[in-house]
Parts: sequence; C-alpha cells; structure tokens
Amino acid sequence: MAPSKFASVESAPPIEVFALNKAYVEDTFPQKVNLGVGAYRTDEGKPWVLPVVRHMEQKLAADETLNKEYLPVLGYEPLASAATRMLLGSDSASLKEGRATGIQCLSGTGALRVGAEFLAHIGKHSIVYSSNPTWGNHSLVFLNAGFTSYRSYRYWDAAKKALDFDGLMEDLRNAPENSVIILHACAHNPTGVDPTQDQWRQIADLIEERRLFPFFDSAYQGFASGDLDRDAWAVRYFDSRGFEMVCAQSFAKNFGLYNERVGNLTFVAKDRSVIEPVRSQITLLVRANYSNPPNHGARIVGTVLNDPVLTEQWKSHIKTMADRIISMRLGLRERLEKLETPGTWNHITDQIGMFSFTGLGPLAVDKLIADHHIYLLKGGRINMCGLNTGNIDYVAKCIHEVVTTTQEASL
Amino acid sequence: MSLISSLKIFSPSSLNTTQNALSVVSSRANSWWSHVEMGPPDPILGVTEAFKRDTNPKKMNLGVGAYRDDSGKPFILPAVKMAEAEIAKKNMDKEYSPISGSPEFCKATINLALGEDNEWTKNGLNATVQGISGTGSLRIGTAFLSAFFPGGKDLYMPTPTWGNHVPLAKHAGLGVKQYRYYDPKTCGFDFHGALQDIAKIPERSMILLHACAHNPTGVDPKPEQWAEMSKVIKEKKLFPFFDMAYQGFASGDIDKDAAPVRMFLKDGHQIALSQSYAKNMGLYGERAGAFSLICSSKEEAAATMSQLKIIIRPMYSNPPVTGARIATEILTNPSLRSQWLKDVKGMADRIISMRQLLRSNLAKEGSSRDWAHITDQIGMFCFTGMTPPQVEKLTKDFSVYLTKDGRISVAGITSKNVEYLAHAIHQVTK
Repeated sequence: MAPSKFASVESAPPIEVFALNKAYVEDTFPQKVNLGVGAYRTDEGKPWVLPVVRHMEQKLAADETLNKEYLPVLGYEPLASAATRMLLGSDSASLKEGRATGIQCLSGTGALRVGAEFLAHIGKHSIVYSSNPTWGNHSLVFLNAGFTSYRSYRYWDAAKKALDFDGLMEDLRNAPENSVIILHACAHNPTGVDPTQDQWRQIADLIEERRLFPFFDSAYQGFASGDLDRDAWAVRYFDSRGFEMVCAQSFAKNFGLYNERVGNLTFVAKDRSVIEPVRSQITLLVRANYSNPPNHGARIVGTVLNDPVLTEQWKSHIKTMADRIISMRLGLRERLEKLETPGTWNHITDQIGMFSFTGLGPLAVDKLIADHHIYLLKGGRINMCGLNTGNIDYVAKCIHEVVTTTQEASL
Repeated sequence: MSLISSLKIFSPSSLNTTQNALSVVSSRANSWWSHVEMGPPDPILGVTEAFKRDTNPKKMNLGVGAYRDDSGKPFILPAVKMAEAEIAKKNMDKEYSPISGSPEFCKATINLALGEDNEWTKNGLNATVQGISGTGSLRIGTAFLSAFFPGGKDLYMPTPTWGNHVPLAKHAGLGVKQYRYYDPKTCGFDFHGALQDIAKIPERSMILLHACAHNPTGVDPKPEQWAEMSKVIKEKKLFPFFDMAYQGFASGDIDKDAAPVRMFLKDGHQIALSQSYAKNMGLYGERAGAFSLICSSKEEAAATMSQLKIIIRPMYSNPPVTGARIATEILTNPSLRSQWLKDVKGMADRIISMRQLLRSNLAKEGSSRDWAHITDQIGMFCFTGMTPPQVEKLTKDFSVYLTKDGRISVAGITSKNVEYLAHAIHQVTK
C-alpha cells in the first residue's frame, strides 16, 4: 500500500475545558465536583431543560403545518428580529430607523465567526483585541476568520482581583485605528468582572476617539443579573451613542439550548442603505460555510420571543437560574470568610454571571483537582453552577485547605 | 450681481431638508460600510422568487432541489416521525454535544456509507465528525485538506458541479480546477473526456467525485466506468474526495448508491467523504451530515481527528443535535431502519416513475427528439439539454421555472402536472 497522505499529521493538543471534563467524568471519587464546563446545573447538580422549552417542543411536535425545509441562508426571520429587539430594546433608535438587523447563526461561536469573517473579508479589518484574560476560543475564531493580528488589552488585575481599568484604557488608547475590539456585554468570561456604567462611558468615548470598531460578545443576557434590560445596558448605551457595531448573541445559556446552537448576529449601521448590501455579502459567506442554519432551536426561541406569555414564562426561568447562582456566590463567600481563609473574598459576590475568577494560583488549582477531586480550569476560573447546597461546604473547606497549605507567588 | 443671485435663502423648511440631506450624506460617509456592494443574486433563489410572484395556476417550480410528494408538498418521512416520537420519550437533555458530534451518530453514519460490517470502521481507521449537513461537512473537509494535504492544493472538480463547490473550496483556501464530465451532445457521461483529463492531473492532487446522483446533471458513471476511473486515479496518485449527498435517494438502494465509495476503498485508496442526511432522510433544515477521512492506521485516525476538532471549534464549537439524534435513532433502531429504507425507496421510486412518465409523455406529444437521458439520468436532477432561450420560453409561456442551464428538479413533477410539463417542453423544443 502506498504511504499514507496523512502520516505526518501530528496530534493536536487537547482543548483544556474538554480535557478537564473528561477527567472529571472518569473520576470515581464519590464527592467529586465539576466546576469546569460552562453549563447551568440545578441544585441537584443536574442539567435543566427549561419548562418553556419542553412545552415548545411538544407544541412543535404536534404542529402538523411544520416541516423540515431549509431555512433562509440568514436564518429564521422571527428569531433574528426578536433577538435583535431583545438586545437593543424596542426603544432603540437604530432599530426604529431600520439601521439594525439580525442574522441567525450557530450559537455564540457561530455568530462571532460570521461577524469576524465579514469584518475581515468585507471590512478589511486585520487587527483584533480582546481582554486578557478572555474566553479561550476568541483568538482562534478571529484568526481563522482572516484576522492577521490578535492582541490583548489588560483587564484582570490579579492583585486587586478587580478590573484593571487604567490598563484597559491605556491599551485601547494605543490600539491602531480600525482595530476591532471585542467587548463582553456582561458577565465577563472568565473573570465575572464587568466595567461600571461610568467606565463603559469612558470606554465608549475612547473607542469613538480612536476610531476603533466595537464587537460585543453577549452570551449571558438575562442570565447574569436575571434582568434582560440590565444585562444589555452596555450594548444599548453604545447603540444610543450612534456607534456602528456588531454583537454576537448566544441562546445557549439563557435558554439552556446548548446543543441546538441557537444564536444571532446583530449588526448596527449608521445608515440604513448599507443594510441590504451587508446582508447580501454575509449571505455569500454563510453559503460558503454551512449554507443555512438549523431549524429546531430557532423555532423554539423565535416562537417564545414573539409570544408575550411565553416570554414572561421564560423570564421567570432566567431569574431562577440567575438567583441560584447569586445565592451560591453569597454562600461561598460567607463560608470562606467564616473559615477565615487567608485573602479577601468579596470578589466572589462583586463578580457576576456563571464564572468566578477565584484568584487561586496554579499550584492551588492542581491540588484542588488532584487531592480533592474538585475540577476547575488552570487559571482559577470556577463555574458557579457547579456549586449547590450539597457540595458548597466541601468546596469551601477544600479551598480553605489548599490556600492555607500552598505557597503561591501571590494571591 | 451673480454672487447675490446665487445666494440661497434659507427658509425654515428648506433648512430642514438641507440638514436631513446633509445628515444622510454624512451618515453614509461616516459609515464603515458605504463601500459594500450588493452581492450577486442567488440564481436558484431567484427562480423560486419569480415562481412565487407568478399567478398562473398551472405554474411549476422545478428549481430548488428539495423532495416533494405527489401532491407537490414537502414530505416528512414516516421513519423520521417515528424517530422523533422515540426521542421525545427519552426526555434527553440539551447539554453540549462533543465537538465531533456524538460517537453513536458518527459510527452509524460512516457504517451507512461503508457497510455495517466494514473492515475500515472495525479497525478504527476512520476519523468521522458530524458536520452542518453536506455543506458544513465539505467545509470541514476542505479546511482540513487546505491545512494538511501534503500534495497540490488544487481541488479538481467535474464540469459541471454543484454551484456551491467552487466558493466552498475557495473559501477554504483551495484552488479550483476542472475535469470533463458531462457531454452535452449525448446528455450523458463524457467517459473518455473524463479519463483523459484525469490522466493529465498532476500527481498528488485532490479530485472531487460525486458518489451518486451527480448534481446538477443526474449523470453517473456505470460501475465498470468507476472501476476504470479508480485505476487511473490510483496510477496518478490522486486523492479522492467523495461528496455523497444522495445515498439511498438515487436508486432506492443504499448499497448500490454507495458502491463507488466502497469500490475505491477496496481498491486501496485513502479517501475523504462528505455525507448529508438532507435529502435521504428529508432532514434539510436540521443540518445533519458528516465528514470522514479513512486513514492507514488507528494512530493516524486519532491524529487527524484531533485536528478536525481544532478546525470545528473556531467555526461553531459543536454541532446541533436534533437532526443527528433523528438520524442515529433511525439507523440504530431496527424497525425504524427498515421503515426508513422503505421511505427512501419510496422517494427514489416516485422520482424514477416521474422520469418515465415525462419521457413517455414527450413521446406521446409527438416529440422526435431523443429523451432517453431523462430516464438514463438518476437522482433529484435532470439536465434536459434545453438551451437558455428554450428555458426562457418555457418560463415565459408556460410558467415552468427552472435554472438557465436546463436543469429540472424531478421532485417538482407530479402525476398531475407531468402531462402539462411534457406538452410545454415539446412546444419549446420542437
């Protein structure tokens, strides 16, 4: 047999979050805790399919008028328009003036990718910035989409366990004109630290002054505070300032539809005349990538968002999830402070959303995994959803144990 | 004097207009996007749009390639309905799928292509990942080949080929070249032209092959012709990339339709393969498909698998499950599987009988042209051999909508409209 064409292909390094999950699954320790993968869990530690989702699936299954025909290239229009309206608010000037449009995409990642490809191929942007740290996939999405330079702006101040606002502003001030700036709309992943409203205003001023292009990543609208409008404040502020921008939206967390890949790319322009040309160019990009997006999840979200009663029901589910996370934050902080664990722990309740940057160093993290079977990412990020009334005492105790017995460079 | 006459008097209303005009001008000027041109309209969508606007009650849409039943309606396969009921009972969660899709789905899919007991899957030689239907699977494949194929980066495609193959390949960074395929003189396979062109392809290049039901022509090589092509492709050390979007849908027989793929593997080729469930399971909008590489060792399969995941993650992280769950349920549940085989044969049989009816009705109309290709060709599409002016007349005079190249989607023909169609085609071609 002829030598294989692919004999020289090397094995790629495993992706951290999935490798971590695999290790957790294979662990037989009865008290193991998974604080890795970002998916919501109930207080019983189980995945939660939202009741409104189950209801919709039954309704869709019984609807004889539905079929499995292709969606348009740019997706299910009721979903796209409702998602854009949910993000910008029905008072949005850009929405009212026909300057904002939505495109259904393959969840948040897919929306980031389509947006990035558009900005690179059509907008001819080549430099992108994201926060340091940021979601692990940002750099890969943009570089694979055609950007040639991926850079970071300072974000996490490890010493203060807070936002390094001065560092952020300095780095953006030094960004070349036309750079695309990835901004986490709320519930920053992985730190959980968001700018204040006043800081957002300053960021907007700077982006405008330096002619940078804002690209919002909104994966947690509603899921962060429990309030859709509150979580959209930053995006809506930029919109009210008249920025042109894009925003990748995910319905993975706030609808619990992780595996249906429901997302939306909102595009806001200064002038409504560019909307149709932009949509036609994005159509070509999508066609060359996957032709058209999946139906099932789109119908669920699109139907709910366009039905006031179902929307109210959904909002109550979001509040349930957000409230449980907030109570876990309170619970963990209380326990650590009660145990008098060295260091300060207010950041756990100051932070928001699914994740917390604990501030634990690599040695402490290793110990938590190896000695206590508590799984978290190397950078110290924990998924608050992995905590519940059944394991929070154990986790607090173990954090206390590793912090008091580990010599790290700084905490 | 002229200066005064050229002074504009600003009344409040004109001031407003001027300001509005100025703000429109300045907002376009300030926009990042004022340079963006309208992309070319999609030819196939254009056909459907024109069809929708037509008020002729006899109008026919022979443009888009989606199956229709004998009432001209979309068809949800009974096996699919049954699978959905089974899945609903299981109350499955919505957790993230693995990047490569569920292992069950991937195994069932590659086994569908290669045969249940095939030696390649048994020996762990396949790297199989779920893709966003056929397009997405081709996208993953072309991205992988662009990054890792050790030979020439041109992908050789048949003339003609599916309209999206070219942008797909180019988007992935591959060059696009052609080999002869369709013979317009016979409306059949240009076997000798294909062999000649294939023999001229530089060694260690990639060649795209439609496994069955060639899109857009419906023209497939005969088994002995496939054997010849396999020999030449092997001699020239070319890498075969199969696009199989119609397994089962072409002849009604899943093994017959997959025969070229299996033949090439038996002949010792390493191949890439893209599969789609859009047509054969009617799962169009659920986007279920897969991309596979058949490697020479388990280790190689594992290495290529890891690289495929690296390609997928920055595209969309992980695939949508609903379509894949339906396909898996059907393929792994014996009674659903046998129901599906009936369903897909039913679709194929209806298409074949429409071909036969069209041909016989054309004869009845008194057409003296040779329409044998209508029944010689196979699958969703038929390259009628009509010229653009004839196509235009067909649309204008008879409200029959099809693409300029004379391609018709046989799925759009029913027992109720086939006579009308034959009459119309005869009128424009006699």
